[in-house]
Amino acid sequence: MKIFFLILAILSFSPARASDTQQVMDEQPDAYCHWQVTDYAIVEPLCGLVGKAQRGREIVSDSSRGNCLACHEFPIPDIEAYGNIGPPLTGIASRLPTTMIRLRVVDTRKINPMSIMPGFYRDPLLINRPGKGYRGRTFLTAQQVEDVIAYLATLK
Amino acid sequence: MIRVNKTMLLFCSFILTIPATMALAIEAKSGYEYIEPETRATQDDDFTNPGLFAVDRGQRLFNNKQNSANKACADCHSEDGTKLDTKNIARYPVYSEDSAEIITLQKKISRCRNNNAGDKALPADHPDLIDLETFVRNLAIGEVVNVQTDGAMTKLIKQGKALYNTRYGLIDMSCSHCHDMYVGRMIRGQKISQGQGNGFPTYRLEPEEITSLHQRIQQCMTSMRAEPFETDSNEIKLMGLYIMSRSNGLKIEAPAVRY
Repeated sequence: MKIFFLILAILSFSPARASDTQQVMDEQPDAYCHWQVTDYAIVEPLCGLVGKAQRGREIVSDSSRGNCLACHEFPIPDIEAYGNIGPPLTGIASRLPTTMIRLRVVDTRKINPMSIMPGFYRDPLLINRPGKGYRGRTFLTAQQVEDVIAYLATLK
Repeated sequence: MIRVNKTMLLFCSFILTIPATMALAIEAKSGYEYIEPETRATQDDDFTNPGLFAVDRGQRLFNNKQNSANKACADCHSEDGTKLDTKNIARYPVYSEDSAEIITLQKKISRCRNNNAGDKALPADHPDLIDLETFVRNLAIGEVVNVQTDGAMTKLIKQGKALYNTRYGLIDMSCSHCHDMYVGRMIRGQKISQGQGNGFPTYRLEPEEITSLHQRIQQCMTSMRAEPFETDSNEIKLMGLYIMSRSNGLKIEAPAVRY
């Protein structure tokens, strides 16, 4: 009898589960790469990846990806509205070395624990109540973060 | 030397308490102050405010007798609800000593209909219940929000505040980050408000629908890529209570028009 109910339970639950995951995200999240802070900087690129500035520029303006424009001003023309929650990032590369920019994009709370800025590559285990489909994920992928950093490094 | 250190310590602790005191002293402002003039005009005009449709629907339900007792809310509270005490409406959510819980205006309406007219009890945030809530709260327009903050409420508001100050979701922000720390700044083209509750139920221009305060909290949590608190959960009631207590002193605007 117990086995019968168990089978019944599996039969009735599995379709729902399958559609849940399908609806939420197609791909499994990439394995999370750990990173190290030294002197307010992350020296090594995430997962040893190389970023592309052009892709980074697209991620910065894309509201479904980086959406950096929601809070920061950039030297990107034809933008309807920039936010002013964070500092303008025009010329950021002449104020900070790339390694320090990396820490700020990855997890700025290592510098200011009260910061409003999301950590774009925070350990997924540290996220409180992640929504369905976001569990085990970082805000951006390691490649996307490196692309954004490569773009920011061009803003001299 | 020791003396100097003590003075320094006193001075430092004084300096440190200034921001905390200032945070408490911030004057409550309605979301009305942060929206575009055109949106204000839409809200103020009864012919353009789309939230008024919810008020109309609510009034129809208020006068509906299709229940076991063949009785409408209107039979006790008059057709247009004018026999309701607007000062009392402005006190919601209230604390019930009898059942030791927070009673939202929705719950009060649903219970009253259920107990006195035999209407089916409606679950929290049921569309009909939001319409009824909008109608009733609209009766108290201009009345000042007056949520109890002493007695049993003190502890509950404190719990609500703790939830308000907690980070949620992949975007990892608390309500407080935007609505306390960055009020008046722009997030893209939107000015951040204090997140007050005096305009709820509110007509939202983006999803184009009447929205309860609890639903708005859930929508905000979803946009933080967080798992929102469940409808009618203890957490959502505590957060709603804290938000309404922050709105004490503000005039009820329901239905306000917002993004």
